[in-house]
Amino acid sequence: MHSKHWISALALTAGLVTGGFVASTSAQAQTTVRIAWYSDGNEGEVITDLLKRFEAENKDIKVVLDQVPYKAITENLPVQLASGQGPDIARVVDLGGIARYALDLRPHLKDAAYWEKNFGPFLPWMRPEGDSKAITGFMTQLTVSGPFVNKTLFEQAGIALPGAKATWEEWGKAARDVAAKVQAPFPLAMDRSGHRFFSVAVSEGAKVFDAKGEPAVIDDGFKRGAKLVYDWHNNGVMKKELWGSVSGTAYRGANDEFKNAQVVMYQSGSWQIAQFDKTVGDAFDWVAVPAPCGAAACSGMPGGAGLVAIKTTKSPEAVAKVMEYLASEPVLSEFYARSLFVPGHLGIAAKGLDYKGASAPAKAALKVFSDQVAQLSPVAYQLQGYTSNRVIFNAVISRLGQAISGEGSLDEAYKRIESDIAQQIAERKK
Amino acid sequence: MASDAPVTTASPDRAGAASLFAAPLAMLMRLIDWPMQALQRLIGERRMAYVFLLPNLAFFSLFVFLPLIINFIFSVTGGAGLFPSERPYVGAQQYAYLFDCGSFLDPSSCREDHFWRGVANTARFTVFQVTAMVLFSLLTAVVLNMKIKARGFFRAVYFFPVLLSPVVVALTWKWILQRDGLLNAAITSLGGERILFLVDPSWAMFWIVFVSIWAHMGFYTLILLAGLQAIPADLYEAAEMDATPRWRTFWRITLPLLWPNMIVVIVLALIRGVQTFDEVFVLTGGGPGTATLMIVHYIYETAFANQVQNFGLAAAASVVLGIVLFALTLAQLAASRRKGAA
Amino acid sequence: MNRLARMATARRNPGRWHWTDIAAYAYLALGVVLMFGPVLWLGLSSFKTQAGLLEFPPTLLPMSQKEVRVEGQAQPLPLFEVTMEDGSKRVLAQVRRIGIQAQMVDPANPGQSIRVPIDKRTPVREFKLAAENYTEPLERFAFMRFLWNSVFVTAVATLITLVINSMAAYALSIYEFRGKTAVMLMVIGTLMIPITIILVPVYLVITKLGLVNSLWAVILPGAATPTGVFLLRQYMLTLPRDLIEAARMDKASEWQIYWRIVMPLAMPALAVLAIFSIMWRWNEFLWPLAVLTKTEAYTLQIGLNAFQGELQTQWHYLLAMTVVTLLPVALVFVFLQRFITTGIANTGMK
Repeated sequence: MHSKHWISALALTAGLVTGGFVASTSAQAQTTVRIAWYSDGNEGEVITDLLKRFEAENKDIKVVLDQVPYKAITENLPVQLASGQGPDIARVVDLGGIARYALDLRPHLKDAAYWEKNFGPFLPWMRPEGDSKAITGFMTQLTVSGPFVNKTLFEQAGIALPGAKATWEEWGKAARDVAAKVQAPFPLAMDRSGHRFFSVAVSEGAKVFDAKGEPAVIDDGFKRGAKLVYDWHNNGVMKKELWGSVSGTAYRGANDEFKNAQVVMYQSGSWQIAQFDKTVGDAFDWVAVPAPCGAAACSGMPGGAGLVAIKTTKSPEAVAKVMEYLASEPVLSEFYARSLFVPGHLGIAAKGLDYKGASAPAKAALKVFSDQVAQLSPVAYQLQGYTSNRVIFNAVISRLGQAISGEGSLDEAYKRIESDIAQQIAERKK
Repeated sequence: MASDAPVTTASPDRAGAASLFAAPLAMLMRLIDWPMQALQRLIGERRMAYVFLLPNLAFFSLFVFLPLIINFIFSVTGGAGLFPSERPYVGAQQYAYLFDCGSFLDPSSCREDHFWRGVANTARFTVFQVTAMVLFSLLTAVVLNMKIKARGFFRAVYFFPVLLSPVVVALTWKWILQRDGLLNAAITSLGGERILFLVDPSWAMFWIVFVSIWAHMGFYTLILLAGLQAIPADLYEAAEMDATPRWRTFWRITLPLLWPNMIVVIVLALIRGVQTFDEVFVLTGGGPGTATLMIVHYIYETAFANQVQNFGLAAAASVVLGIVLFALTLAQLAASRRKGAA
Repeated sequence: MNRLARMATARRNPGRWHWTDIAAYAYLALGVVLMFGPVLWLGLSSFKTQAGLLEFPPTLLPMSQKEVRVEGQAQPLPLFEVTMEDGSKRVLAQVRRIGIQAQMVDPANPGQSIRVPIDKRTPVREFKLAAENYTEPLERFAFMRFLWNSVFVTAVATLITLVINSMAAYALSIYEFRGKTAVMLMVIGTLMIPITIILVPVYLVITKLGLVNSLWAVILPGAATPTGVFLLRQYMLTLPRDLIEAARMDKASEWQIYWRIVMPLAMPALAVLAIFSIMWRWNEFLWPLAVLTKTEAYTLQIGLNAFQGELQTQWHYLLAMTVVTLLPVALVFVFLQRFITTGIANTGMK
């Protein structure tokens, strides 16, 4: 071995050994606050901008945004939190599930009343079971599920859009007629998601809970909703590619098909607006329409992602400071406006938000969804606020999906949904 | 074992890149030599075996055996806690749940119907996959063993997908097989109707078998090719002299002599088949319905994807899977023993 | 060309074509298409724009709609080929679309506007690489950091894997000792346990060791691979014993025999294990996702998969980043393919 090699070898070894620890020994001059964040669209860029401004104002706090795939938030974050290895703040969707790891910000906040006033209806979603006071976070995005319609396809078919109080049956029929005329492959598409399904079921009269607030999912309203979706799959109004193509709790959306003008009506929600605005462009006219009606209501489902402070943080004061900054009205307004999100802040919602960069169709759609917030059924709110709501959603997606793809009947699916929910909730209580 | 293999020796000047890796190693090794010699004087030459085993066993116990024990503890405890100390003991209850069936032939009569569907699907997938894998890798190996030009190139072509990650493999094919993908474009341009490959249970099963063969065939082909090349050429020459038809030569000479390598291929493909997950998960998501839901997918879903992460039930299922895998591995041992005797 | 021609006519018995020769070349040609085609398609797709990715039928090459500047219009206008009422075809630029009617102009004669039903027009397209699929995410993320982490994990893990597994294989192939069968059984018993099913227990161990968010958490658990021990042992069994005995006569220590004699002889097998280790480590996704939560510690596979959201996947970025992570693998393949394939064939799958 030549001596030159020895030197390069030494250097390499030294480099490699230190390299492994760089990650764990970064400079600790300031308090560091870490946020675990996933993105569907441009919100990661927007929040990065906002945080930069925060850091400029607060030299003693360094905020690191760890951008992860959504999978890391649903599947790994709970394990990390349970083992005490979580971030300081996390953007999560399973609000109820994460709530038991959440930090009560109330003692650290300068103005708790601001939070109660503006985030009031959403705070319970992020509280641990049995707690009615804690303030743990705010909604980075309030989502409302509801349908989008390809208006151009309706025009091409020469069929009028059903009116504001039209039922799901009427919409289904109209979508089928349009699709038949214009040869669109998907008359009606619905995301494979519990929220989307329950918009239909709650509208049809599903109560979801009994008088004591315990889950009693299968009732006549639920069955009406399930039957509707099941029949649509069998008579061609809906295609099996979403609900019938994957197993278990997997999500599937039809946003790509909608952008490609293959879907007449798409039951999805407010979060699609930004990308439709960007990708559809001038290719066709798309509109959001108010939630269609069922036997009991005309309701969508509320939902969304919350930014939640985590209990295990070493610096709750700094976390509260970051959260206060992000939740403050001007900052949050800018965040919602640039990400094209429906505001989860009552003050901003009441004033109406000016989505500066958005096109006319996007603005119109955002208005439709914002107006829907007031129309939501109380059952929809109760379900969204229920801690174990994902247990219900997952059971429904998984079993209804099986029935739709031809594995077993609807009645079998109902039985499985009930037993799946009972089993999982029992396991949690052990 | 191909005897014509050139035995490569490490010479320090061979390639710059290689020595960059080799140099720090060499230095490390020289540093280790002194204490090692001292140790050898102390315990003797024979017992040095334990010293050589030690690092590997340490890693093994920490990251394989210990987790396996924790996994077993999970399987006899319940609840949603993460640390074993937070979990109440439930005895064999998780196993009882798994085996709670009206009839083992009908998954929908079971409490954990998805587990049994997973078992059935995995069994079906494994049988198809192993059969097709053996056939195609044998065919490819035979073709590559013919006197063709650019054999190295073609061998590389078939081996190339082995290097891709399962996620990339699945993503690539999903992109081709989807409703508006390349394959449907080809079909419609030829005047056919679109086929929804991943919505039809039989097509979905076909494609996961196909993709798994696409991705792994190269490896098995090389194993068989090594076997083919080790068959003495004079056997073929003799057959040629007797004007034996090619197919008879294949049946009488090639196959019997290739049998040991075939067993390796069969067993490896079998084990791989049973633990299939990533590729299928990304490609079909276990669907349509539960038509391609595999055991490992069930375990993964039970432990992670549900809101109540049920580590207990998942662990019980993985212990059952572990026992099956162990049985398969023992079968491999037995098979290679028999081969050794032959 | 000459080589190609010779290649095409080469066959078993020169001068005599057998149908199997033709079938063999047909099979090989099919193989080339089938094996390279999909990956090539992935590569081409990664250069398409978001809208281009959605098109059906998909275009082979990345195309996007041609735009022209028309006098009197602030923005460039998209070009369409329009079938007029009399059946003639014209290339027009679209000013705007209202419902199912498009208002168009002839770029040569911008004064006069023409109304066209939208189903009578098809976009005029030109070849264009959407390089922004690559540049945007790479600028936005700490790409070099991710790359370094991935290289570090891959290199160190491979080194450790080679050393400790070859040591164990040496012990198991050269010595007879008490407990050997038990160790062999354990190695083989764990040969095929997928990490997926012991993910949570390993995570607990890593947590207790305080290694979460350190790259060592990714490196260490997979270092002792039963496959590696098995592969190396099988190879070492074939090495001539006399060599080792002779070295012992010469008073070489056991360590020197291992390092100076057995390791160089086992090079082909080590190379195979190295290549597999590199591939495993480079492609690893599930496990790093569980133990690395800080951006500074992300590997490429995690960092570049941040485009998979809850409700949407940004395909144009995802495909491009898949290609980025694929490139090193492809390079390794191009340069080392002969070494890899002959290596595996010669490793004696006994």
